[in-house]
Amino acid sequence: MSLSQELQTALVVCFSAVFTQNILLTLFLGMCPFTSVSREVRTALGLGGAVVFVMTCTVVLNWMAYHWLLVKLDLEFFRFVLFIVIIAAFVQFVEMVIDRYSPRLYQNLGIFLPLITVNCAILGASLFMVIRDYTLLVSLGWGFGAGVGWLLAILAMAGIRQRLDESRVPVGLRGPGITLIIAGLMALAFIGFSGVLG
Amino acid sequence: MNGTPKTSRAILLDGLWHDNPVFRQILGICSTLAVTNQVLNTTVMCVSLTLVTAASCLTVSLLRHWTPRNIRMMVQTLIIASYVIVVDILLKAYWPQMSKNLGPYVGLIITNCIIMGRCEAFAGSNRPLPSLLDGLACGLGYSLVLLVIAVPRELMGMGTILGYPVPYFVDIWDPWVIMVMPPGAFFTLACVIWVARGLQARKEST
Repeated sequence: MSLSQELQTALVVCFSAVFTQNILLTLFLGMCPFTSVSREVRTALGLGGAVVFVMTCTVVLNWMAYHWLLVKLDLEFFRFVLFIVIIAAFVQFVEMVIDRYSPRLYQNLGIFLPLITVNCAILGASLFMVIRDYTLLVSLGWGFGAGVGWLLAILAMAGIRQRLDESRVPVGLRGPGITLIIAGLMALAFIGFSGVLG
Repeated sequence: MNGTPKTSRAILLDGLWHDNPVFRQILGICSTLAVTNQVLNTTVMCVSLTLVTAASCLTVSLLRHWTPRNIRMMVQTLIIASYVIVVDILLKAYWPQMSKNLGPYVGLIITNCIIMGRCEAFAGSNRPLPSLLDGLACGLGYSLVLLVIAVPRELMGMGTILGYPVPYFVDIWDPWVIMVMPPGAFFTLACVIWVARGLQARKEST
């Protein structure tokens, strides 16, 4: 595959990760923070931004570790442990760097970073990258697109939920129940995008 | 039971209903939604998850005196990851088609907050046997919800159960394709939570 071809594939993968194959609404990754942190637009934006950054970087790092280390050593089954360790180490590292150089950013983003280590969307993105056999450049597009897709979904949900406070919801549905129904409606809407890439 | 405050019966009941991880805590629903479009996939996922939870709880409990407190999260994650690797390899070796169907969701058992939660909340401070039981109960409680969601989804989406068409039902039912697609998962889970919470609320008020 030539470079321009690869670039094109990366763009298509990135676009489809945001809209047609949204990591949250079609692959169901990262649901836990999605239901618990989506109460306010500001926090949703903070967490979403952190996810975009961490996901892009860890997918690329994991690609390198997988293809340059594990495949060479014939240790593919070991990837679960390696990916988790890389993600945890990376998040810790970023936390320290931000804390040192930008205390302001740390205050806004700091509380979200430890949460991200256990966010299944981050590990899921890397596992999908392995299963779908992406090249390095395409992985970059996938990681970034998946992160942006997640940000988009949680932001939209937070916006809707802020308005929901005013409305009367049946007792049993309050909280997670109604969130899931909204997520279902959003997923329906996102299915509409699937024709775009044809 | 050896001075433990909770009886085995209480542990089992808590895991299955009172503290059911999905109804009560809305944890670990990623895989709840992703694999429940077919009953067969769901069953395999449930078995894997229950085994991993029980085994990890047992191991964490056995090692609880030797695990330094400040790195216990990492140790727990590694224990869980090792069991997931075992399950993944077994599936790949003996049932490659199923391994392909479940895709990355087997690996995602590692980040399923339920297991981590149980290890942290119960196994870390209890004896091995109750911990094993607790892990088993939580895994079973989770499986129960998964199956409750999977059965209507496959039935209404394709008119089949475990891949076999249901007699009579297929003839009168027009499959709702939406049920096997992602939005169906959200709607079904929302309904299940609605019913469960409604029941629990009614019980508490009487």
